[in-house]
Amino acid sequence: MAQTAQVEIKDAWARATPGKAENGAAYLTIQSPVADRLVGVFSPVAKKAGLHTMTMEGSVMKMRPLGGVDLPANQPVALKPGGMHIMLEGLNEPLQAGKSFPLTLNLEKAGQKQVEVTVEKAGAAGPGGQAGTDMPMPAKR
Amino acid sequence: MASRPANPRTPPRFALVAIVFAGVLVIAAGVLLALALRETPRGAAGTALASAIGGQFQLIDQNGKPFSDANLKGKWHLIFFGYTHCPDACPTALNEMSLALDRLGIKRDEVGVVFITVDPERDTPDVLKSYVQSFDAPIVALTGSPEAVAQAAKAYRVFYAKHPRADGDYDMDHSAVIYVMNPEGRFTATFTPDSSADAIVQRLQKLIS
Ligand SMILES: [Cu+2]
Repeated sequence: MAQTAQVEIKDAWARATPGKAENGAAYLTIQSPVADRLVGVFSPVAKKAGLHTMTMEGSVMKMRPLGGVDLPANQPVALKPGGMHIMLEGLNEPLQAGKSFPLTLNLEKAGQKQVEVTVEKAGAAGPGGQAGTDMPMPAKR
Repeated sequence: MASRPANPRTPPRFALVAIVFAGVLVIAAGVLLALALRETPRGAAGTALASAIGGQFQLIDQNGKPFSDANLKGKWHLIFFGYTHCPDACPTALNEMSLALDRLGIKRDEVGVVFITVDPERDTPDVLKSYVQSFDAPIVALTGSPEAVAQAAKAYRVFYAKHPRADGDYDMDHSAVIYVMNPEGRFTATFTPDSSADAIVQRLQKLIS
């Protein structure tokens, strides 16, 4: 059975948002069989969705929009806390733990991919209900 | 290389970076203090610095009640500057702080968590109230006029700046340091915003005892 390698999207999750917080962040791991580029995101839960990165310059935290995320062939690229994230701006309602929502990824070559994002509790540091302190600290640059 | 019994959650290299970083902060604070004392005539308005970090501020909490540096006395405090539109590092830091507080057990009442917004334009008391309510521990969230917030940030040597985006919205760049203030209201230690609740608890337990 011939099988075409597919773009693989794993562990799509978001953290429950506090109160009426307007913004949230979603994370996932994506791997493409060929070099590709993630150029856009869309979700019905927010007015706007975009690719962002969080960096520390000394002790100053900066968040910046990204034009895209390069996906080298067969290499998993992780969007995770303390690094790149999918920014959900102007949430229509708070992201609640236990729920999920659809997210569409726009790839230059592979086109549109849909994924379901699981909302973890506010203290989660990763998908699958991992408690915040059970995860290693984000890598330092 | 001989391995030492490192905390599995704290890779030695990270620990080293943290120590160096803390050292740099202390040195920087010392330099700032020296400069402030040298360049400003003693007794000039509000410059009698007890310490390089911490000082007078006059803000309001999430219930609209005044909250000043005087309210920090009599209890240990973790102080963190951030903004509610920040989707990643700010909620993470607040969450680890509130988990840490919880794990302090009977000593939890000896430590307060204070979140000071660097985005007073959007972070009104109401916004802050609903925001901090979702964390497990009681958090005091402070805002005020842009000038009052600037004064608080200055007291804590916190840098912040609006970073406009092409779409007309903006993000805030800001110093992301968790300050530990002792019951006399004096600066005692710092944590990086990605510190785990366990790391915070361990340190706090030593400080408080
Ligand atoms: Cu963002």
